[in-house]
Amino acid sequence: MDNILSILVFFPAFAGMLGFVVDKDSARAYGISVATIEFFLALWLWMTFDGSNGGMQFVEMFPLVPDFGISYYLGVDGISLFIVVMATLMTLIGMISMSIKADIKNMIISLLFLEMTMVGVFVALDAIVFYLFWELSLVPMLYIVGAWGGPRRVYAAIKFFLYTFFGSLIMLVGMLFLAYLYHDVTGTWSFAITDWYALVLPIEYQVWLFIAFFFGFAIKVPMFPFHTWLPYAHGQAPTIGSVILAAVLLKMGTYGFVRFSLPIFPDASVMMITPIAILSLIMVIYTAMVAYAQKDIKQVIAYSSVSHMGIIMLGVFAMNAEGISGSIFLMLSHGIVSGALFMLVGVIYDRLHTKELSAFGGLAAVMPKYALVFGIMLMASVGLPLTIGFVGEFLVLLGFYKVSPMMTILAGTTIIIGAIYMLSIYKRTFFGPVTNEENKKLKDLNGKEVTAFIPLVAIVIWLGVYPKPVLEPIDNSVKSLVSFMEKKAQTQEAKDIIISSNDGEDK
Amino acid sequence: MLEPISVSLESLNLSSLTPMLVAIGGALAILIIDLIKSGLHKSLYVMLTLLVLLIDLGAVMGLGVNQRGFFDLMLIDGISIISQALILLGSMLFIPLALTSKRFHEYSYPEYFALFLFMIAGYQFMVSSDNLILIFVGLETASLALYTLIAMHNRPNSYEAAVKYFTMGAMAAGFFAMGAATVYATTGSVELYKIAEVMQSRMDEAGLMIAIIGGGLLLLVAFAFKMSLFPFHTWGPDAYEGASAPLAGFMSIVPKLAAIVVSMRLFGMYIDIGIEEIRDAILVLSVLTMTLANIMALVQGDVKRMLAYSSISHAGFVMAAIALDTTKGNTGIFLYYVMFLFTNLGAFAMLWISRHKNNTYHDRFDHPYEKFAGLIKVMPMGAVVMALFMLSLAGVPPFSVFWGKIFVMGAAVDAGYVWLAIVMGINSAISAYYYLKLIVYMFLKDPASNDGTIYYNISKPLMTIIGIAVFATVTSVLYVQPLIAYISYMVGASGY
Repeated sequence: MDNILSILVFFPAFAGMLGFVVDKDSARAYGISVATIEFFLALWLWMTFDGSNGGMQFVEMFPLVPDFGISYYLGVDGISLFIVVMATLMTLIGMISMSIKADIKNMIISLLFLEMTMVGVFVALDAIVFYLFWELSLVPMLYIVGAWGGPRRVYAAIKFFLYTFFGSLIMLVGMLFLAYLYHDVTGTWSFAITDWYALVLPIEYQVWLFIAFFFGFAIKVPMFPFHTWLPYAHGQAPTIGSVILAAVLLKMGTYGFVRFSLPIFPDASVMMITPIAILSLIMVIYTAMVAYAQKDIKQVIAYSSVSHMGIIMLGVFAMNAEGISGSIFLMLSHGIVSGALFMLVGVIYDRLHTKELSAFGGLAAVMPKYALVFGIMLMASVGLPLTIGFVGEFLVLLGFYKVSPMMTILAGTTIIIGAIYMLSIYKRTFFGPVTNEENKKLKDLNGKEVTAFIPLVAIVIWLGVYPKPVLEPIDNSVKSLVSFMEKKAQTQEAKDIIISSNDGEDK
Repeated sequence: MLEPISVSLESLNLSSLTPMLVAIGGALAILIIDLIKSGLHKSLYVMLTLLVLLIDLGAVMGLGVNQRGFFDLMLIDGISIISQALILLGSMLFIPLALTSKRFHEYSYPEYFALFLFMIAGYQFMVSSDNLILIFVGLETASLALYTLIAMHNRPNSYEAAVKYFTMGAMAAGFFAMGAATVYATTGSVELYKIAEVMQSRMDEAGLMIAIIGGGLLLLVAFAFKMSLFPFHTWGPDAYEGASAPLAGFMSIVPKLAAIVVSMRLFGMYIDIGIEEIRDAILVLSVLTMTLANIMALVQGDVKRMLAYSSISHAGFVMAAIALDTTKGNTGIFLYYVMFLFTNLGAFAMLWISRHKNNTYHDRFDHPYEKFAGLIKVMPMGAVVMALFMLSLAGVPPFSVFWGKIFVMGAAVDAGYVWLAIVMGINSAISAYYYLKLIVYMFLKDPASNDGTIYYNISKPLMTIIGIAVFATVTSVLYVQPLIAYISYMVGASGY
């Protein structure tokens, strides 16, 4: 199947369209079946993927609007492969654990359309196709947050939409300008990212374009100070919305930096290391502190999720193979872990209808399985060795150490602060006496929830102990990316930084 | 005693007039039919009008590119052919909207359809001439017919709309006449190509520049009125509100398209000969229009008024492309209008089918947001279709208006106006808010109506038109390439 990427992208959308016909009571089963098939298709992609090849595979291309250089151009490499697999997995698990009853059919259809856009973003190699999926992903998300969310859901949904829409329009201008520059140099129009890679741009253009793309990506990540929409969206979104948002949608931003900013603007990226590192550090430390101050358990997870995205950003801008591979690995682990944490919050919310930490306490005695899963995910989130969270975080810090030891130490505090707030909510939730009478009657995880969590726990431990099958293909692609950047960088300074931060690599 | 001038029939090239003559002939035929047998059903006239428009379209497509005719008054070039085709296409989508299931006053008069065809002929004259006087005649013919069409909706606020539009239109006509007079005074001609020559040669003369720029600005104000650019837009929302919904949709496309084609010829000439002040004035007007109309659209309580302001904002967006004066910019204008035509007419048609004379939700507005609340629960299909149109208008890919937007923004970037592209981007982001507001009402609120429908006015022909609009909006990615190729060939062939 050479066109497996097209199938992966459009299968959920077709299924979504057919889903209008499916009976309301069977919609959920239908959604889970479709998501399972999609997940197996993604696994098939992984199996047939050649891990030793760092380049693009399964490439599909045909011109869409040749006069304007737009083509339908898909491909996958080690960087995007696992994010696609993770996205399909999290959609499936999210659907299994979903407890929503109202308008379930609309929810399933929205999720399937959302899945199309998520896969599409990560496999698109044409900027306009990328932009298309990027923007389309906002629509189902708007509906999911707005229709099933908390009391202020409409406000949260609109804020989410407008924030990201604004950023991506600035990015669109950047794309158009880049296409124009490409046309200026070569005489042909092209929006293909691989064509843009070949374009050597003057430094000042690089800086401006970097900033334009930065708006699009940074709002999505969300980088400090553009992060304000996210806690709000998480606070109001239903569990499934938070899961998808944290696990996949945020990764679009960091993925964008890796796919666009680094290889297309290598000099500007090197110039921007320090400002971005500072913003990321603020994001890491400040939001971790904010997380500690929250009274609502979901907000704690939301802020901790932002805090970890800061580490991912640092890794991307380490400009070396360890850092970038680490941050891509961290994207996967963050996707799985924060997705799982949001699901866990959803579990308790379904039972108690509150997210206030003060209402919990002593749950370990009442819900032992729940406490166990929560504990494992929490450790993975903090970055305990032998869990999935450790591998990525370690690699990122290792990578960034070569750029700036000082900043790395500051970033390392995330593990400490993270441990503080995470253990503190764990203590307040699970230990001590059961203060709330109602809590004594709580039921432990049911079969549906156990089914959802077992694979996640397995992955957390498997990839924590033995990350090689995933890390190696990522690393191959990242190495070719880094050596490409080094060749393409024009200023000696940029070359030096890329080389020195890659010290000890065989190139 | 003047020498007799002999004119051969061939030199008149009457074939350049056929499209307009078809429309006028059709209008007269409708009047005659009414004379012979009155009281015929509106569906007959609708179909007759449609057929006349079809023949008209055939005649337009049969015209050769770049010919002149009728004492050089007519200029049939690429942009004239495309814009006539677009005008006819828009009209053909508009006219069947008369076939509602409810009865409306204006459609019981055959004169409505005759006036409509006269109006189309007027716009066709307007876009296929480079003679200021013929442009003026075309413009006024069309406008006078349009005022009447608005008033025929037969409600107090329709009269208000018509009178407001008429007064403002008369003022615009005054500006146009003064501008044309100034141009004539400085160049001694009313033909654009001669004006350009003389103006170029006299640009260095002391003290003349002020007259040249002044004339240009007067003309610009005239067209700013017609295209409802800020600050000459004040008639717009009221006229849209007073007119019937399809007519409002029509007004947001066809008259503006005609005005923009003339602007392309007229102000393109000024920019070509290097009068940068006109370019700056257009840029200022268009940026102000985009931004302020957007902001005003944010606070509207009525969907129709919101769409009116949004149309103004879109007009500003397109007007900015005039200032670029590049082939790509001009191609973008037409592409934008094709895309906008389907989506916007579709959106207004959706309002039209929700119209009910007695069942109102608000004492001031016909289509308050509340009316659409919870539509997804009542009529899922209707809600999805309306949401599609809104997303398309907001420029969400891959729906139609997105392609127009990126083409125009791309043209701005290519011409070196990156800041303009950014302003356009920011405005699209602002506009997303008010389009979303409707989506939020439809999808995220609880229903206000217990009727089980708000589409009282639906009928098969209307559904067909909406179906065509939806199809064109959703599948735009498939036809955007041939469209761009055709338009840029036509625009390039006529040297714009």
